[in-house]
Amino acid sequence: MVVTKDDTMEIRVSDHVVLVRQAVRKWSIELGFSLVDQTKMITAASELARNTLDYGKGGTVRLERVEEGMKKGLRLTFEDQGPGIPDLEKALTDGYTTGRGMGMGLSGSKRLVNEFDIATKVGEGTRVTITRWK
Amino acid sequence: MSKNGQGLLEVLKGQESDLLADWIKEQSGVAPRRGASIRESEVRDQCKEFLGLFQSAIRDGGADDIQGPRWGGVRELLSNLSRTRGLQGFSPSETASFVFSLKKPLFTRLGRAHAKDAEGLAEATWSANQLLDSLGLYTTEVHQKAREEVISRQQQEMLELSTPVVKLWEGILALPMIGTLDSARTQVVMESLLQRIVETGSNIAIIDITGVPTVDTLTAQHLLKTVTAARLMGAECIISGIRPQIAQTIVHLGVDLGDVTTKASLADAFAIALERTGRGVRKVRAGS
Repeated sequence: MVVTKDDTMEIRVSDHVVLVRQAVRKWSIELGFSLVDQTKMITAASELARNTLDYGKGGTVRLERVEEGMKKGLRLTFEDQGPGIPDLEKALTDGYTTGRGMGMGLSGSKRLVNEFDIATKVGEGTRVTITRWK
Repeated sequence: MSKNGQGLLEVLKGQESDLLADWIKEQSGVAPRRGASIRESEVRDQCKEFLGLFQSAIRDGGADDIQGPRWGGVRELLSNLSRTRGLQGFSPSETASFVFSLKKPLFTRLGRAHAKDAEGLAEATWSANQLLDSLGLYTTEVHQKAREEVISRQQQEMLELSTPVVKLWEGILALPMIGTLDSARTQVVMESLLQRIVETGSNIAIIDITGVPTVDTLTAQHLLKTVTAARLMGAECIISGIRPQIAQTIVHLGVDLGDVTTKASLADAFAIALERTGRGVRKVRAGS
C-alpha cells in the first residue's frame, strides 16, 4: 500500500470534531468518492473523533490517501493516550456504552467503512484505523 | 526615577517636535493593506498625544513596568488606537508598528546624546528598547482581544439566528435546522421549539434537517430527545429532509429512529401534517 498524501490533526476540543469532518469531506471529494461514500466516511470520522475526545481524553487523527494497485482510498487513524478499552468485545456491541451516548458509534462506524482495525491497551490508549476504498 | 529614564526623558523633551516629524515620516512608510487608510493629521495628533503621555509616564513612574498605574494614560491611548485600527482593517503588525516605528528616530537621538559614552548608550538603548517592545506587544494584545470579542459576539448571534421556529399553519410548526448539531446549539433549538409549542398550542412540529450535513449517532440522539420532549408536551414531530445518503448512513450506523415519522422533503411532511389536522390542499383552478 502506498501513501500519496498525509496530514495529522489534533482532537482536543469539540470544535476540532467539526474540523475533522470538514477535512474528511474535502479529502473524500478529492478522491472522487460518491456522495453516499463521502457521507459514510464523514459520519464514521465524526463518531471516532468524538470517541477520541470523550473517552480517550483527546488525541490525534492521521489522514492518508492510499493506493493499492488500481485501488485508491482514504485511511484515517485515530489515536489517543487515554484509559484504553477494558472489554473490546463489549465495546463493539450495538447499544453498549459506558458514557451517555447511544452505544452505536464504534460498531456503527465499523459498518460504514471497508476496513476497520482497533488496538487498545488499558492505561495506554486506543488506536482505531479505518479505510474506505473508492 | 532611574538614570536611564532621566536620559530618555531629556532626549524626548529637548527634541520633541523634531522627533515627532521623524516618527511620522517613519510611519508613512508603512502602507496598510486592503485599502485601510488613516489621515496624516490623525496620525500626527495620536503621535503628539503619545509623546506627551509617554514623557509624563517616565517622569512619574520610571521606564519600567508599563502595567503600573502611572502608565494608565499611555495604555488607554494605545488600546483605543489598537481597537480603531483593528476595525479599520489594520493587521496586528501594522498596528504595532505605530510604536515600533518610534525606535529608529529615538535611538538615533539617544546615540547623539551619548556620543562619548558607549556604556551609557548601550544601557539607555536597551531600556528604551524594552519599553517600546512591551508597549508594541500591548497593542497586539489589545488588537487580538478586540478580534476575539467580535468572533464571540458573532458566535452568539449565530446561535440565535440559526434556530428560527416558524409557523406554517394553525397548529403546525416547522424548525429548519442548519449546520452542525453540536450540543450547545441543540440545547437552544430544543428550548425554542418547546417554547413555541406552548405559545402557539401547536400539535405538530416538523424538524427539517436538509441543512444538516452529517447525521451521526450524537445528532440522532439529540433529535430523538427533542422528539420525546415534544411528545411529552402533546405535540407530534415529523423529521423531514432526509436525503438518500443520510438514510443509507443511518441504516449502516444502526440507529433506530423508532416510531418517528420521517419524510424526504419538507413539502411531504407538510402534506402529512395538514392531513393529520384534517386539512388538505386543493387546486381551485385548472392551470400550470
